[in-house]
Amino acid sequence: MKRVIALLMENQPGALSRVVGLFSQRGYNIETLVVAPTDDPTLSRLTMSTEGDEKVVEQITKQLDKLIDVVMVTDLGNSEFVERELMLMKFNKDSFPQDMFSDSDVVSKDNDVINIQVVGTPSRLDKLISEIDGSDPIEIVRSGSLGISSDKSVLSTEN
Amino acid sequence: MNKIRKSGAEALIHSLHLEGVELMFGYPGGAALHIYDAIFKQNHVEHILVRHEQGAVHAADGYARATGKPGVALVTSGPGATNAITGLATAYMDSTPIVVISGQVKSNLIGTDSFQETDMIGISRPIVKHSFLVQKAEDIPSIVKKAFHIASTGRKGPVVIDIPKDFTDPEFKFDFNYPAKVSMRSYSPPEKADTLKIKEAAGLIEEAKRPVIYSGGGVNQNNASGELTELAKLLNFPVTNTLMGLGAFPGSDPQFMGMLGMHGTYQANMAMHNADLIIAVGARFDDRITNDPKQFALNAKKIHIDVDPASVSKIIHADIPIVGSAKDSLSALIKELKNRNLDKHQSEIAKWNKQISDWKDAHGLNHSLLEQGARNGKILPQQVIQSLYKETNGEAFITSDVGQHQMFAAQYYHFDKPRQWINSGGLGTMGFGLPAAMGVQLAFPDSIVVCVTGEGSIQMCIQELSTCLQYGLPIKIINLNNAALGMVKQWQDMQYGGRHSSSTYENSLPDFVALTESYGHVGIKVSEFKDLEAAMKESIALKDKLVFLDVDVDPNEHVYPMLEAGNAMDHMWLDKEKKTWE
Repeated sequence: MKRVIALLMENQPGALSRVVGLFSQRGYNIETLVVAPTDDPTLSRLTMSTEGDEKVVEQITKQLDKLIDVVMVTDLGNSEFVERELMLMKFNKDSFPQDMFSDSDVVSKDNDVINIQVVGTPSRLDKLISEIDGSDPIEIVRSGSLGISSDKSVLSTEN
Repeated sequence: MNKIRKSGAEALIHSLHLEGVELMFGYPGGAALHIYDAIFKQNHVEHILVRHEQGAVHAADGYARATGKPGVALVTSGPGATNAITGLATAYMDSTPIVVISGQVKSNLIGTDSFQETDMIGISRPIVKHSFLVQKAEDIPSIVKKAFHIASTGRKGPVVIDIPKDFTDPEFKFDFNYPAKVSMRSYSPPEKADTLKIKEAAGLIEEAKRPVIYSGGGVNQNNASGELTELAKLLNFPVTNTLMGLGAFPGSDPQFMGMLGMHGTYQANMAMHNADLIIAVGARFDDRITNDPKQFALNAKKIHIDVDPASVSKIIHADIPIVGSAKDSLSALIKELKNRNLDKHQSEIAKWNKQISDWKDAHGLNHSLLEQGARNGKILPQQVIQSLYKETNGEAFITSDVGQHQMFAAQYYHFDKPRQWINSGGLGTMGFGLPAAMGVQLAFPDSIVVCVTGEGSIQMCIQELSTCLQYGLPIKIINLNNAALGMVKQWQDMQYGGRHSSSTYENSLPDFVALTESYGHVGIKVSEFKDLEAAMKESIALKDKLVFLDVDVDPNEHVYPMLEAGNAMDHMWLDKEKKTWE
């Protein structure tokens, strides 16, 4: 089962390697990983998606929480949440499937290629890729998942 | 307050002094030389020069295990740092509080493959509780404060402080302030156990008819031996300890079933397998305990008390998880139980205790081997431990290395006090015993400190005999010499058709007596049973001398009981022929 875990960690050298290292050290998989500083520059927010049953995810969150640089961690799947991913695709101009995209999806074009941008749930992006028929993109870049809870709960040091 | 100006190196040593550090173990080298000069110029912190950095970390670890205070080791960059790694991993697996300070190349050289550069933070990352790379000299006091706080609270563990050489430069001085308190938003070890869970646990305890108290290293680390003993006495429940937990409950008490697990006693393993309630305290259901977790104590409810939330329900599901220190949780539980009806199943519990005592009578360890004399003209390794126990009145600090001798010591020396038994349980580090004994002996100069070892393990850190001479450490080394890597050989006997692949030395062992004497110590050789007890007496009586007692023991002896791999805890080999199944 796919799970999305979000955590806040100290924005300092070595912190990210501890989080990533933990996954290989304990034999957990990381499917996607996104990290960026928050509005509080001393903190980074990291979102990762992973495969595992309830027990594995419980262990992962507990082990992450034990890392000294990790300030707080949550399994977003414990309540309703929204998951989104950004995808960039590059097409040859002459085989661009125009009917699948609108003009606003196009982020750049030149004489040879067109780059488009799509945001959606990972499964929607998967579906979109599978539906492109006969005119495969020459490059696909996906950001990995970001997640946010649907209710008023927030991951923050201020509550 | 008067401002005191210090260099990074002076600030480091003074911070250690303010943390109460009296001695540290280490080995100098280029990147650490500013620090060594600062050590030379003060009298608060004594430095013990080891012969190999692995020895420094094990010695700091031994000191920490015996005293409960964090141990400190200092090494240089590069090979100094990498040599410290085995010691760090050993401390990590057994959750002992140590602080390892490593010199690092100058900050502007980091990442350039400069001389004696290695990424200490990177290579130690998976085997430390936390680590710090110093970014500026002024940070050193607060980092030391944090390092000691992290190492010695919650589930304890090793912390590394890696200091680039330029930040210890004697020319650069700054105002020294040692923080009075630590505050870290990202680190707060669990405090009090959940009252509701304590009540639920008490409810299960009231209903228990076949209970077992199973305690581990966490009880020793947290100084909760008194509380554990009080609980066991209040309930009249049988107690078993893990290898790391020995001494938490008096080993000579009739309620004690002995160690459990891979080489645990028959009665302890049978009791675990047949229990209806297991109260686990500061133990982590390690694979050497549970054997196959899917077949582990299937009829028992489990109460699991641990300071590390990640240890609870990691291997075995806890019906009542209690996250908190062993000491506080046990106190709360005892308080709650005193208001409960503990007489409910008295007769069943008496029956259960009788059952355990019958198991013990049937297949318990034979504690009178010494009186029975030589077997086939050979000294049994167990007899050496029994002789040691007798000669030291069971009161010595015993460190050990890893292998058969370790198991024999754990089985046959009845540890009555916590912190008396010091061994590498989790990592199983050969070479741990002698340097660990140095740490213990320095902490307790007037106590008898014994290193029980084998001719395999002792050769892994034997260079420390020189350190023992320099500092006059009268350690007693008891070498159970079976001229083979005994535990490896045992497995090869049992699982590999007796093919002793690379487990014997083909007459290449040194003369240990001559070797020891070349270091200025006393060596004694025993080959015949009739000489054993006199030699043991003589060794222990030589108060001011390190004695290496080299005893030829039966090379064919195996450690039993032994759990059958991949099965339940009631599947044990009892000797070379007899097994509890089939």
